[in-house]
Amino acid sequence: MSNKKSIVDIPTVNKIARLSRLDIPENSKQSLANDLNNILGFVANLDEVDTSNVEPLASVTGHKLPLRSDIVTDGNIENLVLKNAPESSSGFFVVPKVID
Amino acid sequence: MNENLKLKPGHIQGETGIWEMVIGLEIHAQVSSKSKLFSGASATFGAQANSNVSLVDAAMPGMLPVINEYCVEQAVKTGLALNAQINNISVFDRKNYFYADLPQGYQISQFTQPIVGEGEITIDVDDNNQTTIGIERLHLEQDAGKSLHDQHPTKSYIDLNRTGVALMEIVSKPDIRSPKEAGAYVKKIRSILRYVGSCDGNMEEGSLRADCNVSVRKAGEEFGTRCEIKNLNSIRFINQAIQAEAERQVEILEAGGEINQETRLFDTSSGETRSMRSKEDAHDYRYFPDPDLLPLEFTDSFVQGIKDQLPELPDFVKKRLVNEYGITPYDASILVEEKDFVAFYEQAATGGDGKLTANWMISELFGALKKENLLLSDSPISPETLRELISLITKGTISGKIAKDVFAEMMISRKKPSDIVEEKGLEQVSDDKEILKLIEKVIADNQDKVKDYLSGKDKLFGFFVGQVMKISQGKANPGLVNKILKEKLK
Amino acid sequence: MSDLLKYDLLGASKAIKAKEISSVEITNAYIEAIENTSSLGAYLELVKDKALEMAKASDENISKGKFRPLEGLPIGIKDMFCTKDIKTTASSKILDNFYPTYESTVTQNLWNDGAVMLGKLSCDEFAMGSSNETAAKGNVINPWLKIKKMSPGGSSGGSAAAVAARSALAATGTDTGGSIRQPAAFCGITGLKPTYGRCSRWGIVAFSSSLDQAGPLTRTVSDAALMLNSMASYDKKDSTSANLAMPDLMSYLGNSIKGKKIGIPKEYTQDGISDDIVKFYQKSIDWLKEAGSEIVPVSLPHTKYALPVYYIIAPAEASSNLARYDGVRFGERKEASSLDKMYEITRGEGFGDEVKRRIMIGTYVLSSGYYDAYYLKAQKVRRLIKEDFENGFKKVDFILTPSTPTTAFELGKKQDPLTMYLNDIFTVPASLAGLPGISLPVGLDQSGLPIGIQLIANAFDEAGLISTAHVLEKSANFNFIADGAAK
Repeated sequence: MSNKKSIVDIPTVNKIARLSRLDIPENSKQSLANDLNNILGFVANLDEVDTSNVEPLASVTGHKLPLRSDIVTDGNIENLVLKNAPESSSGFFVVPKVID
Repeated sequence: MNENLKLKPGHIQGETGIWEMVIGLEIHAQVSSKSKLFSGASATFGAQANSNVSLVDAAMPGMLPVINEYCVEQAVKTGLALNAQINNISVFDRKNYFYADLPQGYQISQFTQPIVGEGEITIDVDDNNQTTIGIERLHLEQDAGKSLHDQHPTKSYIDLNRTGVALMEIVSKPDIRSPKEAGAYVKKIRSILRYVGSCDGNMEEGSLRADCNVSVRKAGEEFGTRCEIKNLNSIRFINQAIQAEAERQVEILEAGGEINQETRLFDTSSGETRSMRSKEDAHDYRYFPDPDLLPLEFTDSFVQGIKDQLPELPDFVKKRLVNEYGITPYDASILVEEKDFVAFYEQAATGGDGKLTANWMISELFGALKKENLLLSDSPISPETLRELISLITKGTISGKIAKDVFAEMMISRKKPSDIVEEKGLEQVSDDKEILKLIEKVIADNQDKVKDYLSGKDKLFGFFVGQVMKISQGKANPGLVNKILKEKLK
Repeated sequence: MSDLLKYDLLGASKAIKAKEISSVEITNAYIEAIENTSSLGAYLELVKDKALEMAKASDENISKGKFRPLEGLPIGIKDMFCTKDIKTTASSKILDNFYPTYESTVTQNLWNDGAVMLGKLSCDEFAMGSSNETAAKGNVINPWLKIKKMSPGGSSGGSAAAVAARSALAATGTDTGGSIRQPAAFCGITGLKPTYGRCSRWGIVAFSSSLDQAGPLTRTVSDAALMLNSMASYDKKDSTSANLAMPDLMSYLGNSIKGKKIGIPKEYTQDGISDDIVKFYQKSIDWLKEAGSEIVPVSLPHTKYALPVYYIIAPAEASSNLARYDGVRFGERKEASSLDKMYEITRGEGFGDEVKRRIMIGTYVLSSGYYDAYYLKAQKVRRLIKEDFENGFKKVDFILTPSTPTTAFELGKKQDPLTMYLNDIFTVPASLAGLPGISLPVGLDQSGLPIGIQLIANAFDEAGLISTAHVLEKSANFNFIADGAAK
């Protein structure tokens, strides 16, 4: 992986910030890029580990996914759902206009 | 583009030659569950805004998903009906993107390990054209909410009622070659879903919608770049959108341009597709296994249990109808589209002429219902009355022509056909003597024509038949009229 | 010091039960202590009226002859737990003004068992940090040294500081990579991270779902047992919750550890550990040996990869978990003309630097082209780390390690994110393997700062962990009180 590893530059910061929907001030982009490069450098020692026959581990729990019955047990709580909304109107959340 | 009658469906005549369409469909079918895929809120359509929403659906901090067992069963059931591989271990992934009606900031879906793998179905495109379409996969995922853009000049309104409703995404292989095939494919999927009961198939309410991947190529060439047309909710729009998109692509390619792989919307008023602005951003969904869930695992016996309860499927019923009633496979494919079509047909055809019953049901009854905008369940004509009508025809009590009038009357009055025939005296005249009387009258009234006929004008025979039928008010048995008339005019 | 503050959780429980003190009395003492120690910044929110109301209810209960396991005991709650109608911010600006309409399962369990809520405790923003310096409302100060402002550790820095400063009888914490054990070590108290799945995550603000686990921060091992008894439960609302009954931990206090095998992993004795910690680590080994256990060397060969694995997996999950903070349904919104701009400004201004850094790293390692090299690779090495422990626990019953490589450091001194991450070097491996771990104080270093030692047990062996920790606690006989504790 180290060979393929790209250096995080300003365009990469822009791309990742855009995917993350984070507004990053222009003057802090370089230091953020440096931080990210340091962290990526720090995790690079994983390259040393031979994982060719290792299955990825997503969860440490030993049990199976529990299933619930198909019963309506929730809902009709518009007041609670909307209670913390920065903006709402006639039962809807309201956001700046979205263009499809 | 279809002026050239020799052009096959799905082919486009361009300046540089004939182009072929390559189509793959992603059908989103809402699971017929009472509650949502990962929350206990109702999955019902049409409720007051944000009333079918739990704190889980609204993605409040610390809320967690718990999967609905029924939805898992329905996906397995549907997979079995699609003759597909059932995966005893599957994984839920997060598909990450920001959108106002996606509260979590990710959709829980299945990416690398879907619950159902490859399968195939057979579709009937027309009477002599049956083809197999491959199924790539079926997976479970969450629906998104709804954004309303027309409530306010600068704001969008968000309703999360649909958020988290369970969908089965059924992905076809790019085996479809024409809009007509696409339509037949959607119909077939819809009927399978309805047979097994995993989805109500209601396209108006959005329970079933399709994304169409369309590309074009010259025969024998590699696949071209495809565009995805999102969210089509009727077979008519699927047809139109595919045709319009393929034509657009041919036009670009023939002008020396290139197709951009992109997501497009079908504008139903203009009949054209257009690029989706909100999807212009290069997407990177960053799929990864949802750490709030564990792999979904089930045993072979769980699958077997579902298999054992699988109802008769359309293909099975179709075969049976062809064998038992001697109807064409295409007619049978139309009848098996809906379970109640089959039930109606079998009741109507029992003990009668299966073929004639199928013809009457498909062309007359379905036509009349469509004109009146009625469902079969609302039909004024019942299987019993249709059966009686068919038997009146086969027994020779009425002619096919009179039967159409009787049928029209049945649609209005809901009366039994025998009553209508009796009331209106429409019974076919099959008595030799009576027919002879009518023929003698016609001969007497048209002596000059008889002379012409006898001197060689054979074509006049039809005139005499017509005259006899006319004075019998259509009731004379046409077979007998022909026979006796021939003898009399020797 | 008010005599009431001298009781530990178990002691207070006994005194309340014996009607020597009332819940209202001790609750009032703690409210006063909170006010007296407010300069430490441990509390974000004090809910005085609610506390007294709950205390009164407990006293009434007692007068009716009823007594629940935590009846009338005033505790603090880390701000990662959603508490109904009480502001919950995860120490973040983006959740300023968020009032949950629901109560987390863990806190509900505590209230059901009679505990009294004092307020919400500061932590690192979204529990991301090891010094409590990323909290939006400012630093928490470690009560141990008065001459220098030391970090209480993090992310449960407010919880640890409050228990050490005697402004809470006990507190809840959450631990993702060490967030209970490291601050407990820094503040000279006991912190227990249970097995992943023991405590429901429902209603806890998620940082890294495959790692997050709630647990208690207390003065003693017995108190930890008493708290965890109530906090743990199987919860159908959390698919990762373990449907496995936990034995009554109180009945494991005082058990002998004779014949138990204690593993000493060779990979945990490395450069960079302070001499005082090495000294007390050795002392702890000796104490356990004296108590009849057998000391066995073990090897956990993938230990050095734990931090890199953690700093891929935790940010990756966090980048997705924190997508819901978008200014649409709750929290602070910064107005903008388009939806995307609104998202970017709301999140850009609402999140602090460390949170943004982790979201960026997490997004990067999941993004197309890098997923296999980083995220998938990390998941694979995570399996190897878990297998290390599985192999180790074939040979031993418990593993003993230092809790941290150093004692508490001065606030503001560790500017570089990477140096900060190294704090969790001894706590992260057990987190990745989902194992229970406890940190308890065993001594002071030369500057008078507490030293924590960590015991790790096999999955779901909290009972054994409590027994062994209790033995070690007795031997260490740590009975110092922080300089800055409430008087």
